[in-house]
Amino acid sequence: MALDDLNFNFMGYRKIAAAISLTLVVLSIVSLAINEVEWGLDFTGGTLVEVYYDEAVNPEAIRILLDEAGYEGHVVQYFGSDQDVLVRVPPQKGLDTRENARLGDHVLDSLKASSTTGVELRRSEFVGPAVGAELTNQGGLGLLMALAMVMLYVAFRFQLKFAFGAVIALFHDVVITLGIFSIARWDFDLTVLAALLAVIGYSLNDTIVVSDRIRENFRRIRKSTPTEIINTSLNQTLGRTLITSLTTLLVLFSLLILGGELIRGFAIGLIIGVVVGTYSSIYIAASVLLSLNISREDLAIPVKEGADDADITTGF
Amino acid sequence: MINRYPLWKNLLVAGAVLLGAIYALPNIYPPDFAVQISNDDTGLEVSARALAEVTEALDTAAIPYFGAELANGSALIRFASDEAQLSAQKVVQRTLHDLKENFVVALNSAPTTPSWLSDLGAEPMKYGLDLRGGVHFLMEVDTDKTISDRIEAMEQGIKALLRERKDRIRYTDFQSPSQGVLKVSFETEDLRNRARTKIEAQYQQFLVAIGEDDQFFITLTITTDAIREIEDFAVHQNLQTIRNRVNELGVAEPLVQRLGRNRIVVDLPGVQDTAAAKKILGKVATLEFRLEAQPDAPRTTTLEYEYEGRDVRIEKDIILRGDRVFDASVGFDPDSSLPQVNIKLDSDGGELMHRATRNNIGRRMAVIFIETKTRDKYEMVDGEEVRVSVPYIEKRVISLATVRAALGVSFRITGLQSGEARELALLLRAGALAADMFIAEERTVGASLGKDNIELGALSVSVGLGLVLLFMLFYYKLFGLAANIALLANLLLLVAVMSSLSATLTLPGIAGIVLTVGMAVDANVLIFSRIREELKNKMSPQAAINAGFERAFVTILDANLTTLLVAVILYSIGTGPIKGFAITLSIGILTSMFTAILGTRAIVNLMYGGRNVKRLMI
Repeated sequence: MALDDLNFNFMGYRKIAAAISLTLVVLSIVSLAINEVEWGLDFTGGTLVEVYYDEAVNPEAIRILLDEAGYEGHVVQYFGSDQDVLVRVPPQKGLDTRENARLGDHVLDSLKASSTTGVELRRSEFVGPAVGAELTNQGGLGLLMALAMVMLYVAFRFQLKFAFGAVIALFHDVVITLGIFSIARWDFDLTVLAALLAVIGYSLNDTIVVSDRIRENFRRIRKSTPTEIINTSLNQTLGRTLITSLTTLLVLFSLLILGGELIRGFAIGLIIGVVVGTYSSIYIAASVLLSLNISREDLAIPVKEGADDADITTGF
Repeated sequence: MINRYPLWKNLLVAGAVLLGAIYALPNIYPPDFAVQISNDDTGLEVSARALAEVTEALDTAAIPYFGAELANGSALIRFASDEAQLSAQKVVQRTLHDLKENFVVALNSAPTTPSWLSDLGAEPMKYGLDLRGGVHFLMEVDTDKTISDRIEAMEQGIKALLRERKDRIRYTDFQSPSQGVLKVSFETEDLRNRARTKIEAQYQQFLVAIGEDDQFFITLTITTDAIREIEDFAVHQNLQTIRNRVNELGVAEPLVQRLGRNRIVVDLPGVQDTAAAKKILGKVATLEFRLEAQPDAPRTTTLEYEYEGRDVRIEKDIILRGDRVFDASVGFDPDSSLPQVNIKLDSDGGELMHRATRNNIGRRMAVIFIETKTRDKYEMVDGEEVRVSVPYIEKRVISLATVRAALGVSFRITGLQSGEARELALLLRAGALAADMFIAEERTVGASLGKDNIELGALSVSVGLGLVLLFMLFYYKLFGLAANIALLANLLLLVAVMSSLSATLTLPGIAGIVLTVGMAVDANVLIFSRIREELKNKMSPQAAINAGFERAFVTILDANLTTLLVAVILYSIGTGPIKGFAITLSIGILTSMFTAILGTRAIVNLMYGGRNVKRLMI
């Protein structure tokens, strides 16, 4: 099969790849600094009401209705079809916590009262300001903790240079995925945060597989330069990397197309992450290893390690 | 090098898959639509007679049902369709209303797991609120305010203690340099020491220290235990209130649970009317302390109540209300060691109580418990009978005891049986001033959206799975088939583990399953590319199979462990939806390692092991 017989000079293009990655990361950071992301209700707090109308409805009419009722900063949009409408209302300044918690009921009541056709509640959410702030902190903490643990694990199982490579690759994936969400103004809610953490898991998986092969080849092939060894390793694992990405993308696209609106952000986040993650495990992690002058000596603890491996592998 | 598994390994794999099949099986039996009749908070059991009346009414209304059963004091009636279930609920409510039986009639889904499966402990997976519809509240108890209120009340209590008429200890200065810290100064050492003994005896919540500047003083610092106790009390009080209220809502499986220090999770599956739910949850009980009327009191100034089967006349004048009570607990009378209820009031309450009782020693004082409840009424609207909930206020005397002395901030009710004392303390606490509570988060999922979520989730899992199966078969031929069997076994095990752990399936959880399907084949892809590589290096087919599995193993282990690490972090930081995703992802990683390595190997061994093979279909 074609994918198994490649002999591509990956590292020959590493300067170009680095330039592309750097540009994307910088663009992402700039966009994040200027626009942040479109924080979803989970983080900002506020009220959300999703309703289903028996007939197609004009969102402009709902906007006027909400304006007249005196709600500030509301957003009305279709959610999947022209009968599904999503209304978002930020916390209203003039109201206290208790009154804000009742906003959803009031909005629903006025939608029902003003409509001549049937209106059915699909879902309503209210998130208080304290909960939103906590989530933002927890989410950020979670990302950092995941990165730190991963670095520790890789440093322990492989070597510190590999850990740097892995973490820089993960950072790259997370920042670019976030950046795309920021530039596209897509809603960033809890499910997207979950997707982002899953991206860390996925991209790491890829990076580990590549690193594993690099380590093995450094120990086995004696007469090659580090660049050659890394190229060989990347070519050997390329088939697997692409096929796993492909099967994962297959299920993710099925989730994106068939899974409904609620899971869309999650699916998009993961799709971007998988694509970027596949690229980064080839280019970023390996490039970082070369830049850190990885050499055979870095991996020269084969006696103990080898014994360990042998112990684990027998029997399978 | 013959690629054969010893018998025990084949048995292990087959046994695990069989076990998985058994524990996943309950999920294919769709639950019945059911109406559940259960007791209110009264502990009353549904009688066989009531159930017979209900089924008779259902027969009359020509609503087909099957399996009406009584268990654990509640009844469950099953129906074939949701329409039958809905109309049956109305009939059941009406019948019980006519019988004057106060039961909760809730819609529920009844599992149809065959008994041989449930005997093995196999149950179907639970669905989260986003799949079955319902309301989720996160309530936050305003403990900060309660703590400062209680500390202030205790300060006032200490002041009152020192000023007590019989044994007055004159202080020169009384100040609170910071919250929970008091400094009281005295002219002489003797006064200070007396004060210290007296305060220490009554207020164990404070750490007492003595000191001297230009005067003799004591400093009182509230202990962290005391603060924690106030907090716990406030949260438990609200927890109890919510539990009582939830019963009124007619919810089949409500979840009311404390979360962290000052939050309460309330999950109400099936509830759609959030406004009504909020109204009911927000209701609180209160208390009134009033004196029994003198025999010659004019009728216009008294109200009649029933207490322990006798009529009593109570004055209309209220001494004080529940908002002045800040603690009620069961204790023991040191003289008789009989149970008693200790009641503590705030300082204004103590003042009011003192004024009302000092000239009325020997009369009886009543405690009245006031609650807003709802009652069903049937009205004719446009020629159709509709059920309306009518709120009404219920007042009842929960204690009537003789006043033996002028009472103050703390007093006790004695002469009770231990059961009575506990019940009275509970009611007093329920009616005492509740700490403020507000909604920190609310999520409502309509029934139709829940249904859609299940359908869309199932569809995307099956399509995703189908695509992966096809691709693997096309790309890896016979080995792909082995991987596919392993993948299906993996799904089976995943569902089995989820079911037997009683994990809740949510929409993000389904996303986790989808992702697992995509990533689970990774291990097989790793092994198979390794086998192809070894074949290319002119290894013999049997040796290549062995080398492929062996060399890929460490990589698979490393890759999966790191992903598992991330999933565990996700679980520990995540709230509701993220946790659901993390659970399925973690379980999926573990089961996929088992099926993709051991399972696939067993199948490949069966296909190629122990014979002379020239070419591999890979």
